[in-house]
Amino acid sequence: MNGEVRDLAVDTRTTLLDALREHLQLTGSKKGCDHGQCGACTVMVDGRRIYSCLTLAVMHEGDEVTTIEGLGQPGNLHPMQAAFVKHDGYQCGYCTPGQICASVAMLEEIKAGMPSHATADLTAAPRLTPEEIRERMSGNICRCGAYSNIVDAITEVAGRQA
Amino acid sequence: MKPFTYERALSPAEAAASAARQPAARFIAGGTNLLDLMKLQIEVPPHLIDVNGLGLDGIEATSEGGLRIGALVRNTDLAADERVRRDYGVLARALLAGATGQLRNKATTAGNLLQRTRCPYFYDTAQPCNKRQPGSGCSAIGGITRQLAVIGASEACIATHPSDMAVAMRALDATVETVKADGVARHIPIAGFHRLPGETPHIETALEPGEFITAVTLPPPLGGQHFYRKVRDRASYAFALVSIAAVVQRDGTGRVALGGVAHRPWRVEAAEADLPRGAKPTMAAILDGARPTHDNAFKVTLAQRTLASVLAEAKG
Ligand SMILES: Cc1cc2nc3c(=O)[nH]c(=O)nc-3n(C[C@H](O)[C@H](O)[C@H](O)COP(=O)(O)OP(=O)(O)OC[C@H]3O[C@@H](n4cnc5c(N)ncnc54)[C@H](O)[C@@H]3O)c2cc1C
Ligand code: SF4
Ligand code: FES
Ligand code: FES
Repeated sequence: MNGEVRDLAVDTRTTLLDALREHLQLTGSKKGCDHGQCGACTVMVDGRRIYSCLTLAVMHEGDEVTTIEGLGQPGNLHPMQAAFVKHDGYQCGYCTPGQICASVAMLEEIKAGMPSHATADLTAAPRLTPEEIRERMSGNICRCGAYSNIVDAITEVAGRQA
Repeated sequence: MKPFTYERALSPAEAAASAARQPAARFIAGGTNLLDLMKLQIEVPPHLIDVNGLGLDGIEATSEGGLRIGALVRNTDLAADERVRRDYGVLARALLAGATGQLRNKATTAGNLLQRTRCPYFYDTAQPCNKRQPGSGCSAIGGITRQLAVIGASEACIATHPSDMAVAMRALDATVETVKADGVARHIPIAGFHRLPGETPHIETALEPGEFITAVTLPPPLGGQHFYRKVRDRASYAFALVSIAAVVQRDGTGRVALGGVAHRPWRVEAAEADLPRGAKPTMAAILDGARPTHDNAFKVTLAQRTLASVLAEAKG
């Protein structure tokens, strides 16, 4: 868990999300829908973004889980967290931890050359266009509609990495 | 969720044998469909067999020149595989049109094939549904049917199969490889894998109880231009109203399979002879015998227009 080994005995029914929030007091990851329909619970497992509400804690023994708390903390923000602040990439903030975890992992997917529905040529390396970012971030819903600022924040971080 | 016990299977044969010992048990792969349904108590398995540790996550070339895709290969990895992108574009496109990055990172080849319908009444446990509770009746017939089947349905069920990937697999003539509870392996052509609802809509595939999918194989590449065109209510993160998987050759011949219209990916091989004559005769033959409802009659027109747009793009 965020670089530390955590021992936990949980009921088999406990989702990874409930293990984080209810057992490990890592309440940054949010429960929006609990059915894979919103993205608020997005975390990274072994570097890959997933919905923590649709997986069981018992299925992740020995895996490396990174949550918003592990990405950065006040005073030591991850570049993506700082960019969301700078660009006002939120309003109420409920979807934000999921958006940030998703976008950090998403940029790695583009770097690794993984295609998306918005990729015109499947055999070429994907390009970092706003269309690509929007499609690849479609698994994170924002009810406040901060989408355009979210794209700006991600674009800035991606530009710095490139 | 109802309480359940949990085990991690160590081999495919062991997974199948364990399922045979406990007929109400379920395999769990990505969990993205099963856990959703367990939370709603539509699925109530007393035991889960976790099959993630079986090492069935590779994609290898077959001696016939095709690909053998392990049952546990994630949808993300299948769509990103260089050979799939180059030689089976219709499959890569179908996968990428489905769900979201987070879901595709978990969703597996076998789990995707076996995902259950999105019929709203199947999801509403307060309503009768023959698929959820055999013999209870079908709330969709006479209800809200916009998303439901236009062909191949029955008096018992008019649900559709929601998978995008399966539609491409059908166009490609994939084969599902399994191991049965008694350890015997078998190969099921995709054309016979998903069933029509008939009188028993709760029986959705040719799998026997406890039968475990080990892989899906693709025949050698077909060449041609590959398309997967999905029409949906929003541009991303939505199931298909109608989708078309097509492989079109230079001379105008090809293959077409439809999603969103039936209880299984819908393909009528005989209709494909009409392809060089255009979308109208081809789709008329593919959807011959369609019995849409008032709410979903638009799907028939939409399917024809979607095919027309694919064929126009193929001509360039
Ligand atoms: C919000 C949302 C949107 C979605 N949108 C789309 C979409 O647009 N298009 C689309 O195609 N899909 C979509 N999906 C569905 C998604 O693709 C499926 O949930 C996923 O593919 C299921 O795979 P899984 O590995 O997670 O299956 P699981 O949930 O693990 O399993 C599903 C079923 O398969 C059985 N099973 C799993 N592996 C095996 C095996 N090896 N042998 C025998 N039985 C097995 C399980 O017992 C279970 O009954 C969406 C899902 C969600 C939640
Ligand atoms: S269409 Fe099928 S799944 Fe939907 S309510 Fe009727 S029986 Fe159930
Ligand atoms: S809480 Fe997991 S996707 Fe909504
Ligand atoms: S900031 Fe409110 S939901 Fe996204």
